[in-house]
Amino acid sequence: MNESAGSSAKQPGDKQIRQLDHVVIRFAGDSGDGMQLTGDRFTSETAQLGNDLSTLPNFPAEIRAPAGTLPGVSSFQLHFADHDILTPGDEPDVLVAMNPAALKANVADLPAGATVIVNIDEFGKRPMAKVGYAVSPFEDGSLADFTVHQVPLTSMTVTALEELDVAKRDAVRAKNMFALGLISWLYSRPVESTIAFIERKFASRPEIARANVAAIKAGWAYGETTEGFAVRYEVKPAKLPAGNYRNITGNTALAYGLVAAGVQARLPVFLGAYPITPASDILHELSKHKRFGVTTFQAEDEIAAVGAAVGASYGGALGITSTSGPGVALKSETISLAVALELPLVVVDVQRAGPSTGLPTKTEQADLNIALFGRHGEAPVAVVAASSPSDCFHAAIEASRIALKYRTPVILLSDGYLANGSEPWRLPEISELPDLQVSYADGPNHTLPNGEEVFWPYKRDPETLARPWAIPGTAGLEHRIGGLEKKDGTGDISYDPANHDLMVRTRAARIEAIDVPDLEVEDPDGDARVLALGWGSTYGPIGAACRKLRANGHSIAQAHLRHLAPMPANLGAVLASYDKVVIPEMNLGQLSQVLRARFLVDVVGYQQVRGLPFTSTELESVFEEVVKNV
Amino acid sequence: MSEAITESGPRPGTAFDLVPKATAPQTAKEFKSDQEVRWCPGCGDYAILAAMQGFLPELGLKRENICFVSGIGCSSRFPYYLDTYGMHSIHGRAPAIATGLAVSRPDLSVWVVTGDGDALSIGGNHLIHALRRNVNLKILLFNNRIYGLTKGQYSPTSEVGKLTKSTPMGSVDWPFNPLSLALGAEASFVARTIDSDRKHLTSVLRAAAEHEGSAFVEIYQNCNIFNDGAFEVLKDPESRDEALIRLVHGEPITMGKEAEWSVVRTGWGLGVVESSTVDPADVVVHDETVADPSYAFSLSRLPGLDLRHTPIGVLRSVKRPTYDSIVRDQLTEASTGTESGAELEKLLHSGDTWTIL
Repeated sequence: MNESAGSSAKQPGDKQIRQLDHVVIRFAGDSGDGMQLTGDRFTSETAQLGNDLSTLPNFPAEIRAPAGTLPGVSSFQLHFADHDILTPGDEPDVLVAMNPAALKANVADLPAGATVIVNIDEFGKRPMAKVGYAVSPFEDGSLADFTVHQVPLTSMTVTALEELDVAKRDAVRAKNMFALGLISWLYSRPVESTIAFIERKFASRPEIARANVAAIKAGWAYGETTEGFAVRYEVKPAKLPAGNYRNITGNTALAYGLVAAGVQARLPVFLGAYPITPASDILHELSKHKRFGVTTFQAEDEIAAVGAAVGASYGGALGITSTSGPGVALKSETISLAVALELPLVVVDVQRAGPSTGLPTKTEQADLNIALFGRHGEAPVAVVAASSPSDCFHAAIEASRIALKYRTPVILLSDGYLANGSEPWRLPEISELPDLQVSYADGPNHTLPNGEEVFWPYKRDPETLARPWAIPGTAGLEHRIGGLEKKDGTGDISYDPANHDLMVRTRAARIEAIDVPDLEVEDPDGDARVLALGWGSTYGPIGAACRKLRANGHSIAQAHLRHLAPMPANLGAVLASYDKVVIPEMNLGQLSQVLRARFLVDVVGYQQVRGLPFTSTELESVFEEVVKNV
Repeated sequence: MSEAITESGPRPGTAFDLVPKATAPQTAKEFKSDQEVRWCPGCGDYAILAAMQGFLPELGLKRENICFVSGIGCSSRFPYYLDTYGMHSIHGRAPAIATGLAVSRPDLSVWVVTGDGDALSIGGNHLIHALRRNVNLKILLFNNRIYGLTKGQYSPTSEVGKLTKSTPMGSVDWPFNPLSLALGAEASFVARTIDSDRKHLTSVLRAAAEHEGSAFVEIYQNCNIFNDGAFEVLKDPESRDEALIRLVHGEPITMGKEAEWSVVRTGWGLGVVESSTVDPADVVVHDETVADPSYAFSLSRLPGLDLRHTPIGVLRSVKRPTYDSIVRDQLTEASTGTESGAELEKLLHSGDTWTIL
């Protein structure tokens, strides 16, 4: 965090205020300590101050891992700034550690000079021994590089709530709100919206609401009065484009995008889903929006979820299924059916670290291959990827647009980082959203040699190569479709070899015929010889790394693929116009491999699969190495 | 709901209240598609198809509002031969696909055609969940107790010890009783019929069609290539009266030419005894509307492995709210009547927002 010189000021209570241009805070505690809620509330307070921000929740797959252990640590990192930022930050400037496990699990990520606030009440001999601290970390010199505040969060919370009629257990549980009050004071965040939130959340249990509110206020008051914190900080609002903003996570934005797609297409939306981390919130969110004609079907399994979506699409709805990697594998056969049926279908894959159950709550982008190729037979589909939490909204609309216009399955790739991470979102005007209206077939579309007017379910639109969407209930268009190969035009079963060859090639051609915009390249210096290319959630760290590199006098171009299938028409030319193309991916080089095969370009891949997003610092050094050697 | 019977056409309070009715009389021919039927000569499927084509005009629904969805297997070719809407989907998944269709389209009469392998093996999960939800689907399970399309492996309804290509020393798995399974899965309508008895088949199809909710119909169907004569004991005039129990709602359950056998309560369930040995008042009077599924379950357990004492007809037909109608009620209840664009604007701006000038 950079302090502005000479911006200190006096404040009632004799505390100095210092201006910072950005701060990275990490709240860490036991998975039962309410760290995600604390982080969410601090984020909301920060968003309303007009800072730009980006968040990274990081939690274990277990709902309640054993208390006080390293695997049970849950954390929430927030980066906020007075300027436009792209990532949740590489290293925390401030760590709030609610217990020894939280300190131990996170201390290695701290840069020298960082601030550490610990709940000293939890640092007894046994809890420390449980995570391997034979000697107290406050005594062994291991925290010498940091400014450490030992705050008795638990006992002060309990004391503060003594006057109230709350059980000791509930008072102890409110310690996260004490911490939130303290940090809110420290960074000059207003707590009114959090108080209102708590009063809403615990409306039916007013004693709990009172306890939490009292804890926040006590935390704030402690900051004001203690001598332990001599300075408080301010981060001015960021200069973002004018407009109305809200903070949004990727999963919420994605669900809103699907609702918007239904509205813009004037079609009912049908979501078939089976609960799976980290995609379940899309099911939860969409189930709240029945007023838009959105039906959510919690199916018996992943296969039924996609099957029901196909059935709904056949009936004229926008059929959608949402899942994560293991679910995509299960849905594969049905997606192939939708390829053969040529019906609209959106398959949302919120990627997580695999294979198998893998790391269900951690992010990865290793499902590109299954999205592009993971079906039997020649079964091409369109693939679209979101690049930031708020971009999930627009990516969902784009996936729906392609599915409806071209009557094809579209796989929409998000990931765990986008799903749970959040950022401010400039709300779009409804009038800016694309019109997705398509029409159903309503009459014959073919004339036989004898002059008879007939309906051919597989007679295509010459431009889009899409077949007519003839829904049951339309008189005169009764027809049968299925997974067996169909004769071009009539759609009758056909075992003719030449017809199969034609149909396979036509299905491939109609995916290639999808209108996708050209790839845009950002090269502010105009003389870059190296292109950093990515897809999906790596947009932020790649962009932040490019900015740092440029600030250090290097030229580098950045481009990001929204469309993975079909790829933009100018992609080959873009790749060929740089001396080197670097592709960072959270997999073992899946996009690199595709581009090498398709364009014969010797791309430089950089990969990590740690279940966490790239840091901009590591990408900066990767890019710098390439830039210096061209 | 009214139980009144109108002079012609479907009764109100049935599965197709919301399905548009035909304005002119229909014929079986209208329901025949232009596709050449490609089952083996002599297959029981022909009889079921003919019965269906003959029955659909009686339903009096607009042809375009009827849709058949099938999975994979010989029976699953069924939709191709009916000039309605139809989908030949993938193995076992027809109930799932049909659920999506039925939930989003109350104006359709949706039928699922499946077989013993399709419904009970690869698709068992979808079948039981469609039944428990009571989705407005008519599920016709053609049971031939063999895999036909893959040329003769044993199926989940094959008798133990079945000699097939995949079980040269005899199959070792215990078979499903499809009706017991359906009842265990909370089915609200469960029936059985036989391909060769067109009149009975038609009557069961009609009852199924009218049932509001999931209707499960097992149709014994002969595969004359790989499992010929599997149900011969139920068809042969010499043996059938000793083997078949024809269930009629409101009538005592008896069997035999002279009703010489009767169904009575025995032990934990039902059993068949000589009529001469029981007081006629003790003979069970069939009531398909009994709420407790144990009754229909006991009926489903009457036949032994030799198929003697096989009940046919409607075992169970009870009223239970359908999944799709409740889902639609929730949509209606949630509707605000606001123009969707304005509602979307409101949604996007919900929660904490701020303005940057």
